[in-house]
Amino acid sequence: MNPPSPHLATSVIWLRNAVILGALGVGAVWSVGGWFVPPVVAVKEAAGTSKELMNDIQHVAAAVDADFEREWSKHGIKPVAAADDLTIARRLSLALAGSIPSLQEIRALEAADAADVPQWWLSQLLADRRTSDYLAERFVRVYVGIENGPFLIYRRRRLVEWMSDALHKNEPYDRIVRSLISSEGVWTTTPAVNFITATNENKKGPDEAKLAAKVSRAFLGVRIDCVQCHDGKLGSPWKQTDFHQLAAYFGQANFNINGLRDNPKQTYKVRYLGELEEEKVPAKVPWKPELLPGQGAPREQLAAWVTAKENKAFARAIVNRMWAMLFNRPLVLPVDEVPLEGPFPPGMEVLADDFMAHGCDLQRLMRVIVATRVFQQSSRSTDPDHPATQTAEEHWAVFPVTRLRPEQMAGSVIQASSLTTIDTETHVLFRLKRVADVDNFVKRYGDSGEDTFDDGAGTIPQRLLLMNGSMINNNISNNPVINASTRIGLLAPSPAAAVEAAYLSIFTRRPTDEERALFEGQIASAKRSRSNAMSDLYWTLMNATEFSWNH
Amino acid sequence: MNTSPCQSRSHLTRRSLLRGTGVAGISWLTPLADILAVEAENAPKGKPARSVILLWLGGAASQLDTFDPHPKTKIGGGVTSIPTAIKGVEFAAGLEQTASVMQDVSLIRSMVSKEGDHERAFYNIKTGYRPDPTLIHPSIGAIACHELPEAKIEIPTHVSILPNQWPARGGFFGPQYDAFQVYDPKGSIPDVRARVDDKRLEQRLESLSVVERAFARGRAADLDETKTLHQLSMHKARLMMTSEQLAAFDVSKAAAAERDAYGDTAFGRGCLAAVRLIETGVRCVEVTLNGWDTHANNLEGQATQVKIFDAAYASLIRDLKARGLLDSTIVICGGEFGRTPKINNLGGRDHWPTGFSMLVAGGGFAGGRVIGATDPEGEKKEPENPVLVEDLHATVQDLLGIDFTKEIMTPIGRPMALSKGEPVKALKA
Repeated sequence: MNPPSPHLATSVIWLRNAVILGALGVGAVWSVGGWFVPPVVAVKEAAGTSKELMNDIQHVAAAVDADFEREWSKHGIKPVAAADDLTIARRLSLALAGSIPSLQEIRALEAADAADVPQWWLSQLLADRRTSDYLAERFVRVYVGIENGPFLIYRRRRLVEWMSDALHKNEPYDRIVRSLISSEGVWTTTPAVNFITATNENKKGPDEAKLAAKVSRAFLGVRIDCVQCHDGKLGSPWKQTDFHQLAAYFGQANFNINGLRDNPKQTYKVRYLGELEEEKVPAKVPWKPELLPGQGAPREQLAAWVTAKENKAFARAIVNRMWAMLFNRPLVLPVDEVPLEGPFPPGMEVLADDFMAHGCDLQRLMRVIVATRVFQQSSRSTDPDHPATQTAEEHWAVFPVTRLRPEQMAGSVIQASSLTTIDTETHVLFRLKRVADVDNFVKRYGDSGEDTFDDGAGTIPQRLLLMNGSMINNNISNNPVINASTRIGLLAPSPAAAVEAAYLSIFTRRPTDEERALFEGQIASAKRSRSNAMSDLYWTLMNATEFSWNH
Repeated sequence: MNTSPCQSRSHLTRRSLLRGTGVAGISWLTPLADILAVEAENAPKGKPARSVILLWLGGAASQLDTFDPHPKTKIGGGVTSIPTAIKGVEFAAGLEQTASVMQDVSLIRSMVSKEGDHERAFYNIKTGYRPDPTLIHPSIGAIACHELPEAKIEIPTHVSILPNQWPARGGFFGPQYDAFQVYDPKGSIPDVRARVDDKRLEQRLESLSVVERAFARGRAADLDETKTLHQLSMHKARLMMTSEQLAAFDVSKAAAAERDAYGDTAFGRGCLAAVRLIETGVRCVEVTLNGWDTHANNLEGQATQVKIFDAAYASLIRDLKARGLLDSTIVICGGEFGRTPKINNLGGRDHWPTGFSMLVAGGGFAGGRVIGATDPEGEKKEPENPVLVEDLHATVQDLLGIDFTKEIMTPIGRPMALSKGEPVKALKA
């Protein structure tokens, strides 16, 4: 269990980096123009975006917006104007691919001249394996957390890959969830069972209580686990029995040589508060028992009930989570606690109904949310007399400013330092380096663990890491082979072009006049040490609030 | 953007940095050590402890090969024992130095937990709570920092030296309470030195204010003050980068004799750095010595670690005492659980969360006492006078003057006591 000493680890990383850089150096083609203005990659229109579908999506989005507009007029709040396309593209890349768009992507986006840029960019991202990989990792965090758990019977990696495949194919979400709850088999060949095997502890078999907590929170947005030890307090409707009767659906799950199987002879027993003896707990659902199918193994019955069309808590929970992934803030906080009987925030019911009416289509849900005015709003006000306030943000009358997650930060530092997109086409050595760099950075920056959306402020170690850390330093220092800062400095035809390329690479926007004047002046006066001036520019932008906060 | 001094980038001298935060006068100029030593000397009996050192024997030290040997029994495993400063109490051979400071240290031989997996047990021993899927509990150091805020200090007040995979976390108090992680403190710590010269750094910071201005346009005037805290954390980071207190991390600045006493090991240096940090005013330092997970060749494996541990631990206790800091500093030492009385086929001992040992000292803990006992035959699982992990937590918080029964409203809307344990009266001085 002891990790290798940090020194050993550091030297291994250094050695590996040296090998990678060497390999890249030898292999790098010095195609000057192509690197500075990367080729515009031909883009495929994503399948399934017919005109009718897009009209339908706009229609639902308009209904969501109407909900919000009623709310704003009730509170006398004036919403802000729309954000520009690049800002929206940045939000989408961060939310779906886990990093900012590359300069190459920005050029492609501007060249495509699409009628509806947000939807066009969303299509690109949905077709991109980075998106399903990143979203899968985030979903799996919700399902099983981040630790590797009991290794022999649990393969987290396999679960992530399985989830990524499902998302990439846009499998109906209810089917995904049913697989997670009710699959049988071996953790390597039936990856969905890892949802259950992850809870095995001390060889006691699956942990029913943990599973009941996960199912209710992750899939239903209900925190019924708060009554694990006693009946609900402070007006909570839940009783201790509700929780354990839900847990009892996992009472037969067991491991044998064929992996996870149900053993009908097994029962779930609990000693309730105040009782002396353990008692056998029957499997019962906490609401709408009429939605249970009449037959099937207990886990199959539970899976059917959770995902039943009439069980709206299921749809609301995923709407809240998908909204949270796109905005970096859920409609209802905390993300896994949506009141069962309402009141619901604006947009929730429209989105939940549409989701259920269209076969639990996750991509459609994303498209509808992205099509809303609420998503496409600016995070600032153009009216100097009415700046964007916290109150406006709370009512979604302005796009919320939220702290980026550690892996989004790491991904963005690395992406901003490369002119081309780092994706599945990227050289394998570079991708390996990226994985290691991200892991290191996330560890130092502070992993937020499970996929929560508690909006903390930045910390001092984070600032130190960004000001002085080796990842930033390596990525912005003088290195003409891989670093964008050096390459732009070397290859940009003018200081103005260099500043613009840096701003697009890091902030996904063009500089203001004041910024332009400042940095062009610095680069022009630097003469021989242009690469230093470029490093300074990169450092400055990466240490700005704008870089660490979603907006 | 306002133009308060902390946001002026033009003259980031140390003085302006200090003025910016309103850090109390020039208190940093007075060696904090002197103040603390005087405070400690003048401390009336019963004055709460002010800081905590946690020494983790990661992987789980074997109580049978360290602080609770049963030589010449079937579970003894070949261990030999030596006397300690506590009459009638013996340690495994190799712990001679530790044995000699036991008049200032008490020993719990009956620690009990319900966690037999390294990760879960570390969570439990660091937070006093078992892992919970719904929230992350703060570690004891985070609780101390949260409940006893410290204004004078320019470096992190919660530090983890040589952290393993599970460094102390802020939990529901937020990541700002996470332990600041550093590795072998034989030189300066990472990321606190600017990568460019002062002139360039100042120019970068000046440029940054232009960029920040662009971001602030059209946003709430108090966005930074109330939400992002970007300027503040940047400012504090800069303050730390220029702080003389940073030297406490760097044991190469200590006298050679002092270093030698702790042993020429990373853990030894970590312990010395812990003392220096506490002296500087840091609230909580944890130091980890891994390598105790001896599922095979237990006797040799434990002895190897004991050798590293003995000089470092004894020197830490002696040093704290000599500096007048022991009365105000709690020192807790132990693994996340213990090891089985039974020796397996590989000559190893496996995980054993019932009846493991911990050393407690300083900060109001009594010295020279022993609590609990384990069965010399290894038959009975439950030790005599069991001490639960949460009870140790309650005791530490109590000694720090923290109301450990206080309920904190957690982000999930569930009130949670700082500790659900009961202080162990028999351990108090």
